[in-house]
Amino acid sequence: MKKLLENRNLSGWLMVSPLAVVLLVFLLMPIILIVIVSFWRATEFSIIPAFEFDNYEFLFGSSVTYKVFYNTFKYALITWAFTLVIGFTVAYYLAFHIRSLTWQVALFLVCTIPFLTSNIIRMISWIPFLGRNGIANTTLMSWGVIDEPLEWLLFSDFSVILAFVHLYTLFMVVPIFNTMMRIDKSLIEAARDAGANGAQILWNVIIPLTKPGIMIGTIFVVTLVMGDFITVRFMSGSQSANVGRLISNDIALLQYPSASATAIVLLASVLITIGILLRFVDIRKEL
Amino acid sequence: MTKFTSRTGLSRRTLLKGAASTAITAGATTLGAPMLWAQNIKDITIRQFGTGVSNLNEVATQVKEDLGFTLEMTALDTDSVTQRAATQPNSFDIADIEYFICKKVWAAGNLQAMDTSKLANYDKIVGIFRDGKLTPESTIAQGTAPHTVGFTSGQNGTDFVQEESGWMTLIPTIYNADTLGIRPDLIGRPINNWSELLNPEFKGKASILDISSIGIMDMAMVVESMGEYTYPDKGNMTKEEIDMTIGIFTEAKNNGQFRAFWKSFDESVNLMASGEVVIQSMWSPAITAVKSQGIPCVYQPLKEGYRSWGGGLGISAALSGIELDAAYEYINWYLSGWVGGFLMKQGYYSAVPETSKAFMSENEWGFWFEGKEATGDIASPFGDKLAGAGEVRDGGSFNDRMGAVACWNSVMDENQYMVRKWNEFIAA
Repeated sequence: MKKLLENRNLSGWLMVSPLAVVLLVFLLMPIILIVIVSFWRATEFSIIPAFEFDNYEFLFGSSVTYKVFYNTFKYALITWAFTLVIGFTVAYYLAFHIRSLTWQVALFLVCTIPFLTSNIIRMISWIPFLGRNGIANTTLMSWGVIDEPLEWLLFSDFSVILAFVHLYTLFMVVPIFNTMMRIDKSLIEAARDAGANGAQILWNVIIPLTKPGIMIGTIFVVTLVMGDFITVRFMSGSQSANVGRLISNDIALLQYPSASATAIVLLASVLITIGILLRFVDIRKEL
Repeated sequence: MTKFTSRTGLSRRTLLKGAASTAITAGATTLGAPMLWAQNIKDITIRQFGTGVSNLNEVATQVKEDLGFTLEMTALDTDSVTQRAATQPNSFDIADIEYFICKKVWAAGNLQAMDTSKLANYDKIVGIFRDGKLTPESTIAQGTAPHTVGFTSGQNGTDFVQEESGWMTLIPTIYNADTLGIRPDLIGRPINNWSELLNPEFKGKASILDISSIGIMDMAMVVESMGEYTYPDKGNMTKEEIDMTIGIFTEAKNNGQFRAFWKSFDESVNLMASGEVVIQSMWSPAITAVKSQGIPCVYQPLKEGYRSWGGGLGISAALSGIELDAAYEYINWYLSGWVGGFLMKQGYYSAVPETSKAFMSENEWGFWFEGKEATGDIASPFGDKLAGAGEVRDGGSFNDRMGAVACWNSVMDENQYMVRKWNEFIAA
């Protein structure tokens, strides 16, 4: 028995097993189930175990699928660009312009205040603000900037992306701020001594060292946006669709197999996207 | 969303255990000794779910008062209601669903047929739910007319029969005739046809509901009104008809005709009240809700007629014993007038209008049911003023409105195809 416990292999296995079991039961099993169901057949009110490719055939045979996936990637890309610029700027300011640690922490906490309310509420509060007779339009009209209310402010791609940026920028700020705080200040001094100007320091020192943070933030934002459906539904007034909405519509109409097939394709495309992202930065090496 | 969760101290499960022993004492008869009954019924909780339309806290409060047991209500949107009725039979005791949903879920066997001989007011239920005819001369409208899915062959029947078999699938409770809602102040001219929904005049100011089974019917009314096509049966389209109908609307969507689509009642109210939309498919209480904010809104009767719907209560197949009795008790109470009056004062109709009369003032009955001029203020049950003296209900009397039904909400044979096409329409 004693010998058994001393076996390093065994104790290693025992130590990972709790995590492995949790992942197996709560992550792997559901995914396997979804894969299985995606091959089933559905009638209006029942699903029948089967092994057929109908769901995938319909999915890949429909032009709407491509359009919707294009939309999903479009939202992800644009949201990513905005959250990155805003998130990086905020983190940079916090990390390098605020001198005292107390203030850094205090201001960082200020950034998180909006997150104390539910994200649905934060999203929906844009609707009266951006509406035809909303605050934005009435203000602009009273200033004389516009004569007619701007229709594209609400229920458009603009409002969807605005809400996404609003909801997810913090997910970019946190990891970038974290990596920036760990940059050795003497590296910046060295760069300055070697004659680099501010832009050069930013480009050649800070950005390369912040890459892992950027990458983690990117993964957060991209997966959140690609998996979202409620923001798109509310902010586009149900007029645009992303993959999440396709799945939620299918579920609402009891088309579980078709929803599963779409979910699997979405999962695959998100994994591929992350795989490609990870080719650029080796997070583990740089953390 | 309304969610009524006040409970008595006992949970339903512990109660079941207790009730089981009492039930043994009481024997196998459905009606136990009245003494036991009176003691036990207080502890019963009946779980009902349905759309927000009739799942109102006021009903639960009144049930507690009149019958003594607890009614726990969950309000969901139409799709979720269908989903739950079909897939989670143990999550409810009473399903408050629409007839077209019944057509979808009845075959799944999650509901049990109801013995009409146990219903005190069965004979007074309006003809629409029995032989399909409002008056002996009326013709039956297209779509899933309630009487076609209202009866089954026996207690355990999974089929539908076309005659009054004595076994009802749903007990009819509420119904109405739907049409387009408009903002008369923002439109400024009479609207008489369904085709106005796609009139370019209202570009960017129109809306339609994003519930496929209902939306497709509104679309069909519009297409017919435009003179594009006359359907042999709007309630059961062929694939080509579905393609054509959705095609016309996809084109309109891409031209920017629609401001938004709505899925839940509150969304439709907000769209209308904020002026984002001036013409849209709408439900009667949504009009009431807009009006009660002091904003003019009309439930416009249209030349082509109404799209109608009806809902009823179904009992879960799992219900038995004392709880089943409580469910019958509840249903009998539902038809006995109080709820009918409560719903009719919001603009719906009760399945047994005559019993509701006693719960409405003469003025209210005249306004809501007979289409007469109001003789004084008409208030909703929640106290909001809906109309003043001299005003007449949009569309007129019960017979005028329910007699002009062009089609019923329905489920088509090509439902799955339609749903996929609908998804494409939303994504287009």
